[in-house]
Formats: sequence, C-alpha cells, structure tokens
Amino acid sequence: MRSAFVDTLMAAAENDPNIWLLSGDLGFSVLERFAARFAGRFVNVGVAEQNMAGMAAGIALSGKTVFIYSIGNFPTFRCLEQLRNDVCHHAADVKIVAVGGGYAYGSQGYTHHAIEDVAIMSALPGMEVFVPCDPAETRAATQLIAASHKPSYLRLSRAGEPELGAGKQSDPYRARVLRKGGDVMILASGPIASVAMAAAEQLGAEGVDVGAASVGCIKPLDEAFVRDVASRARLIVTLEEHMLRGGLYAAVAAALASVPGRAPVLGLGISEQPSDMSVAGSRDALLAAEGLSPPAVTARIKRAMAGEI
Amino acid sequence: MRASNELDPADFARRIRLHALRMVHAARASHIGSCLSMADIMAVLYTRVLRIDPDNPTDPQRDRLVVSKGHAAAIVYASLAERGFFPVSRLETFCRDGSALTGHINHAVPGVEVSTGSLGHGLPIAVGMALVAKADGSARRIYCLLSDGECNEGSTWEAVLFAPHHKLDNLVAIVDFNQIQSFGRVSDVLALQPFADKWRAFGWHAIELDGHDVGALTAQLAIPAQVAGRPTVVIAHTVKGKGVSFMEDKLEWHYKSPDDQQFAVACAEVGA
Repeated sequence: MRSAFVDTLMAAAENDPNIWLLSGDLGFSVLERFAARFAGRFVNVGVAEQNMAGMAAGIALSGKTVFIYSIGNFPTFRCLEQLRNDVCHHAADVKIVAVGGGYAYGSQGYTHHAIEDVAIMSALPGMEVFVPCDPAETRAATQLIAASHKPSYLRLSRAGEPELGAGKQSDPYRARVLRKGGDVMILASGPIASVAMAAAEQLGAEGVDVGAASVGCIKPLDEAFVRDVASRARLIVTLEEHMLRGGLYAAVAAALASVPGRAPVLGLGISEQPSDMSVAGSRDALLAAEGLSPPAVTARIKRAMAGEI
Repeated sequence: MRASNELDPADFARRIRLHALRMVHAARASHIGSCLSMADIMAVLYTRVLRIDPDNPTDPQRDRLVVSKGHAAAIVYASLAERGFFPVSRLETFCRDGSALTGHINHAVPGVEVSTGSLGHGLPIAVGMALVAKADGSARRIYCLLSDGECNEGSTWEAVLFAPHHKLDNLVAIVDFNQIQSFGRVSDVLALQPFADKWRAFGWHAIELDGHDVGALTAQLAIPAQVAGRPTVVIAHTVKGKGVSFMEDKLEWHYKSPDDQQFAVACAEVGA
C-alpha cells in the first residue's frame, strides 16, 4: 500500500507542481524516490509532528497541496490540535497519511498500534477519512485527495497487501462490492477486508448467501449503499481493524439507526485495551486475540445468524 | 503595495490603544494588558513595515503577519480597522453574538492571516509560509508575533529549530516579552533567560530592543533580511498594560476588564 501511495503521489506531483510532501523523519525505502524527483517539494521536517502539521497549514495557506507522512499515531494524535485548529478550521489543503494502520506494526507494541485514529480523525470538522483495503483502492484514494482541496486522512497499512475482489472502484467515496450476496452482508474497512472475504468463502461453502463490501471512505460514509444493503440483508456485519467506538461500526450503526425494520448490525473490531495489556505479537496473532481471525469471524457470524448479536 | 504610509506610528498606537480599551470595556473582555504591551509593535508593523493592501487583503505577494498570541484580539482588530481593512465602527461588535470579531483572533476577519488562540501554533505556520516564499522565489516577508508565555510550548521550539536549518532569512519572529504570563511572572513560572542566547544557540539572529520605541522598532523590523541565511528574532522588551499606569506590569490585567471609572482614567492617560 505504501508503494501504491507513493507511486500515485509521484504521478500526481508530475502533473501538479503545487503538491508538496512532508515527512516526520520516516519513510525509509518508500519516500526516497519522491525526494529525489521533487527535491524542492519534499521536506523531512525531523521528529517534530506539531511543527510538521502547523507548517503544512502554512504551506497550504500559501497555495499548495501538502501531504504529511508518518506512522499511525504520530501525524494524528501528536499534533491533533494543529490538525483541528490550523488545518481543519482553515480548510487548509493538507492530507495526513498514516502508515501502519491497525495492528500493522504488531510486535512493536501499543505505541505503534493505530486503533483509535479513524475515530479521532473523523471527529475533526471537514476532515474526510479514507481507509482503503488494497493497493487499487489506495491508488484511487490518493488520486482523489491529491485533487480534492479538502483536509483528508488516508490510513494505510504497510506492504504486501493483496488486491481484493474483481470489481474496479469507480469512486473512492462509494463502497465497493467485493463479493456478491445478500442474506448476510459484511462491510469491511481496510486490509482486514481479506478476513471478510475468507469468512464469506467459508460461509458460502456452507450454503449461506453472504456478500462482502469494502467501505473505503468512512467520512463521508456511503450511506445510500449501507441503507440499500440493509434493506435486503438479514444481517449486517461490520469488520474493522479499529476500536468499535468511533469507527466503521459506529458510522454504519448511526446511518441505520433510524431505518425502520432494518437488519441487525454485528460489529466486529478491537475492544478497548486494558492498561496492563502490552504483549508482543504479529498482526495475525493480535487480530486472532481479538477474535478477528477468519475462523473466529466465521463463527461469530454464525452465532449472530442464530440470533446472538 | 507599500509598507510605509501617511499614518504616524505613535498616533496609530494611541488610536489602537483607545479602540482596544473601548472594545474590552464594552464587551467586559479580558487580555487588555496583553493588547497594550504589543500596541507599539503593531503600530510600526501596520504603518511602516508590512507591504499589504487593505483593498486586496489576499494578494498572494503580500507580506504575512501571523499573530500567534491570539488572545490579544482587540488590538489586532483595532490595527486592521485603523489600517482600513474594515470600518472602525465594526469594532463595536467585538465579542457580540454573531460577530466575526471573536475574543481570540479569527481569520474570517479581513486582514487576519490565521486564527490563533491556543498558544504555540503561530511560529510553525509562519515557518511553512516562509518556506513557500523561498521556494517560489518571492520577496514577501513573513512576520510572527509571539507572547513570552508561548515560548513554554514545545511546538514553538520545534519551529525555532527548523527555521535556521532551512535558512529562512525571510522570517522575522517578534516576541512581546512583557515578562508576565497567564498565572505568574515568566521568571517565576518557567524562566526564559538568557532568552536571546537561546535563540542564538538555535541559529537565529537575535536583536533586543525597547518594544515601545517606535524608532527602534521601525529600524529593525523594516529590513528584509538582517543576516543572509538566518531568520531574525526581535525580542521586544515591553510592559504589560503599557500606557495605563494602574495596569502596567500587573498580572490581573490579563483577566480584568476596566469598570467605568477605570475606563475613563485609562482613556485619559492614553490620550483620548
């Protein structure tokens, strides 16, 4: 996903001389190409995220489109007030790109787990929030935000994520069906959509009519799509590599809350972390511990179909 | 755009002090002490330094002034009104329901570059503006006015570290060093001295002057780049509440609003 991002950003920067990229001293083996090609429009600001975010606003208010890049919590939480006041309240054309979304930096520990970022970024005024599930969606979202002139958050994972589904994404604001089906609909955001696909395969093999879709834009949410699938499904499942509070589940549930006769919504995500829990673990191991492995998700959906939400 | 105009800085300072007193008195607002300490700096900037056009406040080639001590809103709005960005009568709406003239400066007001109010935000923004001016080959200058209190903020020092490394000699930071912050004297809360030496150690060209001496301010602020390749900081030694005897060097006038009698005395002392 990182490579898909930087390739797309470079293509955009070739055509738009106003695109700048700032890094908080991260991007080894990823950003060097951009820095070499566009030396005057790349700044490694050092390990100073507040300055990076404030500077980004100042650069944007001088007529540029600015991408800031770092790991998960650093370009988001560390400089949150700069994002709120200097970027969002000024409608500054700044894009926050976080790598290592969710448990992508699994064994590095909780400092590197970005599992509340979507909630916090979604709360900011005017901020659009993109959580692509694969390289293709990453390319589409990067193209969109490079030209949107709106504050935006792009949450990426790391490297090696597979392309999911056959359908091409026509509009990054719209949800994208990965697998057709109607009785049970799994809505996923981010690369954990691959778990949704695996669970759907298993359930499909057992005779369940189950579909899956990637919701690559959390804000603004594709509410029409969500309401449409909810009008036809028996069960809606949301799946995200994020806290249930404030992420995809919250957005979907809010969109459906007032719909009469709607299907129930099963939210699958990460539970609130106790303060004494900090163990090493691969991404897969940490997801499994949260009940987000393909077998665990499959089993949880079966229980929900039996009425246990 | 011209930096200098027919306005006299000393008279401009007197007028904006009176506006600010009227505004905070009418609105029962705070921060008059912070306004009065920077009045002479604002007067020199708006009459002798900034190349701006009140009829075209978003001209891309204008100089930029980022006022980072956004709580001193009354003196900022007063300066802009006196300089012709909007009618002086609009100052009466300060802090009123529905007015854009909020108690911390608001970029919806013509001439206000950025909204501030949370301390430590201004210098990073100004650094970004200076970086673009350099990249674009523009001669525009970027000024940032800070309080001494916000030199407690780490974000300020991140920007202080950044600017000399990138040779931003088009950037001038001005510190309104009135020695009083929100809840005590600077020397008691978090000592900044030796203040100029700190900036110099970070690579800045540092100047200290009397922040109420319009001649010295004009001489130092109107120069584009004091030292090639280095940003400049002007540490302006000021007096909180300057111009009103009972407000001078008093912490309480960070918060209090003058009553009717105090207001009358204050206006008389400033020179109504």
